[in-house]
Amino acid sequence: MAGFDKVVHSYDEALAGFKDGMTVMVGGFGLCGIPEGLIKKVYELGNKGLTVISNNAGVDGFGLGLWLEKRQIKTMIASYVGENALFEQLLLSGEMEVILTPQGTLAEKCRAGGAGIPAFYTATGYGTKVAEGKPTANFDGRDYVLERSLTSDFSLVKAWKADRFGNLVFRKTAMNFNPMMATAGRITVAEVEEIVEPGELDPQYIHTPGIYVHRVIKGTHFEKRIEQRTVRKA
Amino acid sequence: MALNRDQIAMRVAKELRDGYYVNLGIGIPTLVANYVPKGMQVMLQSENGLLGMGPFPTDEEVDADLINAGKQTVTTATGAAFFSSAESFAMIRGGHVDLTVLGAFEVDVSGNIASWMVPGKLVKGMGGAMDLVAGAQNIVVTMTHADKSGASKLLKQCSLPLTGVKCIKKVVTDLAVIEIRDGKFHLIERAPGVSVEEIQSKTEGELVIPDHVPEMTFD
Repeated sequence: MAGFDKVVHSYDEALAGFKDGMTVMVGGFGLCGIPEGLIKKVYELGNKGLTVISNNAGVDGFGLGLWLEKRQIKTMIASYVGENALFEQLLLSGEMEVILTPQGTLAEKCRAGGAGIPAFYTATGYGTKVAEGKPTANFDGRDYVLERSLTSDFSLVKAWKADRFGNLVFRKTAMNFNPMMATAGRITVAEVEEIVEPGELDPQYIHTPGIYVHRVIKGTHFEKRIEQRTVRKA
Repeated sequence: MALNRDQIAMRVAKELRDGYYVNLGIGIPTLVANYVPKGMQVMLQSENGLLGMGPFPTDEEVDADLINAGKQTVTTATGAAFFSSAESFAMIRGGHVDLTVLGAFEVDVSGNIASWMVPGKLVKGMGGAMDLVAGAQNIVVTMTHADKSGASKLLKQCSLPLTGVKCIKKVVTDLAVIEIRDGKFHLIERAPGVSVEEIQSKTEGELVIPDHVPEMTFD
């Protein structure tokens, strides 16, 4: 089947054209909803000099922590990077640059980038370090900062289900940054738990329409590691 | 006596109203969920993409795809909804959340807040805090009134890098409830058994003290 069939059958195929120095968006919040297999494949490929846009930077030895291990990241754009000892070391030694970005601004940068909007005004960060060097404006008596949008060479996202046409459905809070990042990639690759035939997903409940998705791969293994397992007594 | 963490949360819970959508930050603010007054419905928003957060799961209920903004496993409340991070911050930045409760290192008389960065220490990032303080109409800050060395955290001017400017109107500390308006702190309530003099001595910014300062009450 050709036409709109986006399904690829190997991680090599999923990442064909991935090069050193590229800008890469990676979905997920902490370790929830990350494209585990694609992250591992980029680690194996060993590409360097990457600009990585992701809310967090993984943990030591898992998720984006793997890319840190091989010094693959030149610039990291994230909102919170607290869970990673290696990250601290790379930052202090100057081997990696980090651009801390408020979480909502980061989400909106990806959303706007995918929607063809090059910049937007937000009140978030006005009067703080985040606004240093950026244009500001006052609308209706309130001050705003002009923020540039983001796009990527590759967006690597994780979804629950896809059909062959690349329509995506996410599961619970594993959705997070994945839908916006899917829209902002020159090439968007979705790693999913299940692939179904077109027509099997109810069109009323598609989260990300297939137009944004270029390649779909069924993940071979999802560890779904939990960072803070917190339970109550039954 | 200064309030403990749970008592601060109990006092903050009195700011809740029936039908409120509420975002609770990490630490003491999270505890507020344990003290929602009986018969009142509130919906908890978690900025990673959940409106209607329920209690922690039992062992059997644990789901790696269902966490809160502190990355803890949680459950959903009846009537919950999931959505993307962009949608989540549209709620926050669009002013749709009725009450935000978050911690801070410092607050000043202008309503500025510093909560994310201590120079010289590793900077982990602001997460969603800058969006929350810029977006919410109604913010309650929880913190201790003074640091461990006794230095005030309620200042003339914040000394640490800011999270937001002119956005804080209410602070609940272990000693007092303070409102911020007209460039001054206003003492509203004091913790049971805590003197006005003690609060004054631990408040660096200008503090307006009314003739009568009631003690906090807990239901």
